[in-house]
This record gives sequence, C-alpha cells and structure tokens, in this order.
Amino acid sequence: MQRARFGLFAALLTVSVSAFWHANTVVAQTKFTTGSSDPLIEYVNERIRLGWEDNEVDPSPAADDAEWIRRVYLDLVGHIPPADKVEEFLSDKDAGKRSKLIDQLIDDPDYVRNFTEIWTNVLIGRNTPDRTSRAGLRKFLRESFARNRPWNEVVYDMVAAEGHFEENGAVNFILGQLQGNINSEEYHVEATARLTRIFLGMQVQCTQCHNHPFNEWKQDQFWGFNSFLRQTRRIDHDKYDPKTGQNEDDYSELAFTDFSGPVYFELRNGLVQVAIPNYLGTEIDPGGETNRRQELGRLMCHDDPEHTVAKAYVNRMWGHFMGYGFTRPIDDMGPHNPPSHPELLDRLTDEFVKSGYDTKQLARWICNTEAYNLTSQFNRNNEIDAPSAGEVPLFSHMYVKTMQAEQLYDSLLVATAAHRSGAGSFDKAEEQRERWLRDFLRIFGGNEEDEPTLFSGSIPQALLMMNGPLVDKATSGEPGSYLNAVLSDSRLRNDPARVRSLFVSALGRNPTPSELTRLKKMMANSPTPLAAYQDLYWALLNSNEFIVNH
Amino acid sequence: MSLSTPAGMSRRHFLSHMATGSAMTLGATQFLSHLQANAAEVKRNQKACILVWLGGGAPTIDMWDLKPGSKNGGEFKPISTAGDLQISEHLPNIAKEMDSLSVVRAMSTREADHNRGSYFMHTAYVPNPTVVHPTFGSVVSYELGAKRKELEIPSFVSIGGGGMSPGFLGMSHAPFVVDARGNIQNANMSSVDPARLGNRLEMLATIENGFIGSNRGDIGQAHKDVYSKAVNLMTSDQMEAFKVDQEDAAMKQAYGGHQFGNMMLMARRLVEKGVPFVEVRFPGGWDLHNDVFNTLKNQRLPMLDTGIAGLVRDLKARGMLEDTAIICMGEFGRTPRINANVGRDHWAASWSVMVGGAGLNGGVAVGETNQDGDRIVSESYLPGDLWATVSHALRIPLDTVHTSKRGRPMKLANGGQPIKDLIG
Repeated sequence: MQRARFGLFAALLTVSVSAFWHANTVVAQTKFTTGSSDPLIEYVNERIRLGWEDNEVDPSPAADDAEWIRRVYLDLVGHIPPADKVEEFLSDKDAGKRSKLIDQLIDDPDYVRNFTEIWTNVLIGRNTPDRTSRAGLRKFLRESFARNRPWNEVVYDMVAAEGHFEENGAVNFILGQLQGNINSEEYHVEATARLTRIFLGMQVQCTQCHNHPFNEWKQDQFWGFNSFLRQTRRIDHDKYDPKTGQNEDDYSELAFTDFSGPVYFELRNGLVQVAIPNYLGTEIDPGGETNRRQELGRLMCHDDPEHTVAKAYVNRMWGHFMGYGFTRPIDDMGPHNPPSHPELLDRLTDEFVKSGYDTKQLARWICNTEAYNLTSQFNRNNEIDAPSAGEVPLFSHMYVKTMQAEQLYDSLLVATAAHRSGAGSFDKAEEQRERWLRDFLRIFGGNEEDEPTLFSGSIPQALLMMNGPLVDKATSGEPGSYLNAVLSDSRLRNDPARVRSLFVSALGRNPTPSELTRLKKMMANSPTPLAAYQDLYWALLNSNEFIVNH
Repeated sequence: MSLSTPAGMSRRHFLSHMATGSAMTLGATQFLSHLQANAAEVKRNQKACILVWLGGGAPTIDMWDLKPGSKNGGEFKPISTAGDLQISEHLPNIAKEMDSLSVVRAMSTREADHNRGSYFMHTAYVPNPTVVHPTFGSVVSYELGAKRKELEIPSFVSIGGGGMSPGFLGMSHAPFVVDARGNIQNANMSSVDPARLGNRLEMLATIENGFIGSNRGDIGQAHKDVYSKAVNLMTSDQMEAFKVDQEDAAMKQAYGGHQFGNMMLMARRLVEKGVPFVEVRFPGGWDLHNDVFNTLKNQRLPMLDTGIAGLVRDLKARGMLEDTAIICMGEFGRTPRINANVGRDHWAASWSVMVGGAGLNGGVAVGETNQDGDRIVSESYLPGDLWATVSHALRIPLDTVHTSKRGRPMKLANGGQPIKDLIG
C-alpha cells in the first residue's frame, strides 16, 4: 500500500501541473541562499521547488541560525556544537556564514571520524561479526575519508580486496559476511546480498529463491552476482597459547580460492539452471584465468555507464542529511520503486561522477541547498509532506531525525565535559569515556538499517539517561565539568544568564520568556542554588529536544 | 532508590513525597498522570513462557537422548522417569517430573555456528542480510504483553542475558535485561530524593511540552511516553518480582539453592505478575569441546536438574503449570562422536529440546534418532515447529503475520506447525 502510494506520487511529481500552481505563495518569497554560488545548488533548489508547486505545498521558512547550526554539526561532524561556537555563529553578521561553516566542518577532523563511524556501522553493523577486524575496517575508512579518496576507488578496494584483516582493512566488509561452511551454497549469499544492497542500492536477495514479483529481475540475477564471489574464502589462523594449552584465534584473511565455470541453482519448479558472472547484463569470461572480484570491481566502479555505485551513494547521502532519500528504503532502487525526484537524482549522480566521486563535494552541495536549510516545523500548507505517514517526501521542511547512539554520546560529552569531571588525568578521562561508550552502544545501539527519522526509544535508554553515571557526572558540578564552568564564570553572575548558558549548551538556543518564567519558579523548589542548576541541566539533557536532530 | 534495600521508594512513598514536598504543578501531574497509588490487581491464569537457554550448545545426547551401547554413548546411563521415556542418570529430579515434560528428539536445524544457530533457534528464521527477525520473546511480548494493561514491568525479561534483538517489532519489545540477582541497570536514583526527582520531572515536562507544541511531528511525544513508562517502572510495586531475596530459604532451597535456581525462582515471580515471556540464561557455558562428562556431571547437570525440577514443582503447586510453557535448549546439540579431548563439537543435524507445560503433553519422547545418534530416523523438526507448538499453547493464533519495516509479511514462527504428539 505504502509503496503503491509512493509510486503514484512519484509519477505525479514528474508531470508539471502548473495550472494549479498558486503563483503568489512560492514566488513571492525572496530566494534563499547560504552564500554559496555553485550553480548546481540553484538547480537542486529549482527541482525541489517544482515538487512543492506540483503538490501545492508551501515550504516552511528557513531554520533560524540556532536550529541550523545544531543540525549541520550533527550531520557533518557527529555531535552538537560547543556553546562558544553557537554564540560565535549567532552573532556573526556575515551573509555567507552558513556556507563558510559548511566548508569549515567538512575539513574538521571530526568529519572523518563521523563518516568512519557511519560507514563502519553500515558495512558490518554495530555488532562486529565473528573474526572480523572492526579496527582494521575503521583504519581503512579513516584513511579514505581523511584523504577524501574518490568513492569509486574506495568501493573498488572493498570489492576486490585480499589479505590480512588488519594489514588490509578493506577486506573486512566481505570477510564479515563469510561465516559458516565454505562448501555450503549459502556461504557467499550474505556477501552477495549486502554488497549489491549497500554499494548498488539493489535488493537482489529476493531473487535468490524466486523471480522478482514486481520487476524484470530474474532469479539468475542474484546468482550472476553471486558467482563473482565464488573465488573468495576466509581463512582463520589460530595460534597456540602455551599458558592455556589451547589454540586461540589469531588473525583472519580474505583469500583467493580456485573456482571456474558456472554456478548451479534451482528454480522453484525444481529445474536446475546455470549462471555465470553477470553485472547488469555484462558477462565475463567464467574461465579459471579470470579474477572475478577484480572484474566485478572494474565493472562497478569504472565501466558502468549507469554509474550505479554513484547513484546509490548519492541517494544514501541525501537520506543521511535530509532524513529520507529519493527512494524508500534508500537501498532498494530499481524499476519497481521509482525515485521521488528522478531528474534531480540523475543530475546529482552525474555531477558526483564528474567531480571524481568527491564525497566532500557532495556533502557540501547538499548542505547548501535550500531544502537542507529549512526549519523542521510544519506550516499549515505542508502538512501532507509527512513521509513518516507514508507520503512521498517533498522536502518542504526538514524531517526530524533521532540521534544515533554515537552522536548522542559525543553530544553529551560536548555539552557536559562529563568525562573530564573530577577524572584527574587525561588517560583516566579517556578510560571513563570508553567505558560509558560501551554502555551507550549496548543500550542505544539499535538497528543500523533503520531510517534516521525512526524513533525507537526504550525504557533502558530512558533509565540510562535519567539515572546513568554519565548524566549523573555531567550534572555533579565537579571541577572540569561544563556546569562548573558556567557557575564559576564571573561574566555569568545572574540567574537568567546562567540559565541561558545551559540552554545554549544543551539545546543550542535561548530559552523562551515563558520557559524562563516557569523554570525559575521550579528552580526555587530545589534544595540549594547548586541543586537548582543541576536539576535544570538534568532536565535539559533528558529532554526530547536534546535527543533529536531537527 | 536501591532495589535491594527495603527503604526503597514505592509508588505510594513517591506520590506522598510529591504531594507534600514541592507544590505539584501541572507539568509533573501530566507527566505522572497514569500513576496510581495501587497497581491494578494482577490477573491469574495468564499464559506465559519460560525459555531456559543453554548458551554454547548443550550435549543433548548426554541429557535427553542417551545411546547406551553405541561408540558415541559416552559415560552416562539412562534412567527411567515418571514419563514414558528415559533420560540421563544425572537429571534425577527432572526424571521425577517428566510426566509434565517432553523431549523432542528429532531437531534438525542446519546451523552449527554459535551466532547463526542462536539466531535461528530464537527467531525460527535463518539470518538474512535485509531484515532482523524478532527473537521469540519479542513476538510473545508483542502479541500478549500489549494486552496486559495492568503490567507495569516490561513484558519480556531476560535474566542474565542479552544479545537478541526485537528486530522489526521495535525497541519497546526488546528483552529487558536484568542480572542473575535481579538488579536493573540504572534503576537506582540514590542521588536524588523523591521530591527532587519530582521537581526535575516538572522541569523536564516544561521543556518537553514546548518541543511537542512546536509542530515537528510525533517524535517529541513518543519520547515523553517512553519516559513516563520508565518513571512508572521505577516506582512500580511490581518491581518486587525481581527481589528473589524476599523468598525464604526453604523456597530457594527447593530450586537448588544456587544461582540458576534463584534465576528460575525470579522467572516464576515475574510470570506470577503477568510477564508473558522470561528468558533465563543458564549461568555457565555448554560449549564443551573438552572434558564433557566431568563438566556435565559435576557442574552443569546438577544445577540444571534442581533448577528445572524446582520450577516445575513450584508451578504445579501454585496451579500455574497449566498456563506456563517451559522450553529448554541452546543453539544446537553436540557431535555424537566423542573427540580426542573427551569433548563433543558443534552438531545441528540430530539433537533434542525439552519442552512442556501450558497444556502440552508431558512424558513423551517425540521423534527418534538412530542407534548412534547421528541421524534422525523419524520426522524431523525445525525451530519454527517448536515455536508454533509454544504459540499454540499460549493461544497465539498460528496464522498471525507480522510485517517487516520494508513491508514484507513474516509468518509467525516462520510458518512452522505445532508438533502433533505434543498437542491435543
């Protein structure tokens, strides 16, 4: 039902129904700009506006600076902005300040850290598969993002990699999917499904067992991909531990193993068919001389006229920043699931390829668009733009996203400096940080494939925030903590100034007058003046507004 | 609030502080609107399931399906039981209760890797890269928990466990994990007194309501609802169920007087309050590649024996066995062949699961393996058949279909069918 509706709206979008367009609503507004003069951004804005006009919605106004800076920090560097950066940004009068901040954050070391975390979770999940090196994969990704390597080269490395799981971290993506019995025909199934889904945005796994019900994909498509991986196996090395007298895990490697000829699979009617390596219609020599994964990497990353790898990346990144991609889910693209904005997706894909698969440039484009800069508040004329209710996204306002576990954790540290509170040495502070992070990932680390807009709060999460050691430490007021810094700052001597500082630090905004009045009354009920600030900060950090990215 | 001290904060205690302490303003009243001084009466005779999980994969050939006279038979002898089957001599207490319990001796489950096997046995589905299937406790929580309005504690509790996912059913059906002593992480509010917590909740409500009113969709309210549930839990009288220490020494002794026994006792207390699914993770691994017989007879089996037998007897005495299903298994069995280290390795092709209670037939051995235990010579069963059997016992309709986040219909228990010899 949901999918059918999606398709219908997508079809409507492509037809211009300008006869119904209310000229006075959209055009009357002044043109939005972040200060960037890149012509592509103007193109994106036009295409998005066309969707608003065709569907007769009015966009929400641009987000104010406070709302926007928190968002762009979370999306680019993975944590909320420190209070002083918020203050600086709010008082900056430069008309091009948004565009400048985007550039600055894209070159921040935390950008590398953030996208390394995101992609590690996408590629192997939060629970590392057995005998797979998370550290190795992270190192590979960190170096790739730090040097801003072209995405097609990064993908090629992961598709074609061989070797030791720490010396060549790129092997861990496929290695993590190879579990169980190497002689089973299931051995390469998960790797096939994940590789096509993540890098190509195609869900071919249904065709493992049957032809696709909605499109022309046939069963042999899955097995055509699968046969590219048949020369691949994991080798687990053990070492003897003289202390225990037992063999223990040493390292693992992704290795080449001889395989030639077709693979056999069974149709539902019991007939056996054959498939040879086939990338979207291009077959390769199935002989023993061919290195199949190198061929797959070449076809995907260098010789695909459709630029499927680029398109899948663009769609995923649009979803990362906007909350929804052009298809839903982001990794199920194909004739059965047309994108909401097909021309826009194609153009962004082309430009991304022309840029040399420059992932930083793509992030820069998206963050500078009008749609990315709108407020997350609905207005009266865009209530139908509610993808959470199954509607096609029109991007006429920002969609509220839930913070990922890592974002929440790092944001708490930014807002509170809790790990430095009373910890003494740097090492001790780092140790504490690691311990809390493990807790956080266990309790908050949900399904990494959920849409970013999905809120899936649980009681253990609420308990961790309300009573857990991190927030407790953060509100203790001990030397080193943010609360302590505010209370001992000689410039912040009166209550409203201090309350304001705590709001800016946690929520990136000033309190409203009515909040100020009501909270002041409640603060008077706290047993001591210190307790009043502790209680307020506790409430701010536990609030819905803190935990979402809007 | 410390759960282990009697001076902890009860619902009544909390509310009286709220009322007499700070003036209770609208915010907190709203936040705590569904708190009542007395929890609703717990209903009797509600269906429930207790899963005893033998992590690592137990050598069921030495427990439930012995092969005396075979080269694979090992050291143990079978003994007669109160039911129509024999089991290991090291399970003498369970043997006395076997008229209430049965053994499925023909499990064939194909996954002999710890993670994959654990996933398969818990969900009835093999791992699939595009969807995370719910562990069966989450399914039961989803089907039965939501209907039990009087239940203030989570409807799926995992004692000593963790790791399994609610999948597409969502975090509100995730296993609520407590340690073997019933401690709940972060339920302790020792740093603030009730009046101060009340004040904090009022401030929180002020900020939260502002965000909810700002017209940005449903997330704000959803967050607030979860917090209400958490506060409700922290102050619920039903939290007593986790305090096994309230039981007298004789009762603990009836369950063996050891850690596993206390966990089983906690499971019974939770089921009594209306929790429909409790998973008990046996404290101690079963991945016995070495020295299998000594480990079993000296450590694992005596604990398992007294813990399960104690539970069955206690449930029976309380009239709860008719409504409570018990299932005892791990991710697979172990090789019939005994290896060079006097151990047994991973084996999924022919092994046994113990199941009973909730009206299922007791004292039956379902299915059969050959003389050496390495092949099934009867009809074989999948985890979906087991969970369909449990679903039948819990009165969850077998034609129930859940929908994954990507819109795919998923049949209850992967379309498995109840095992005929166990029902009717």
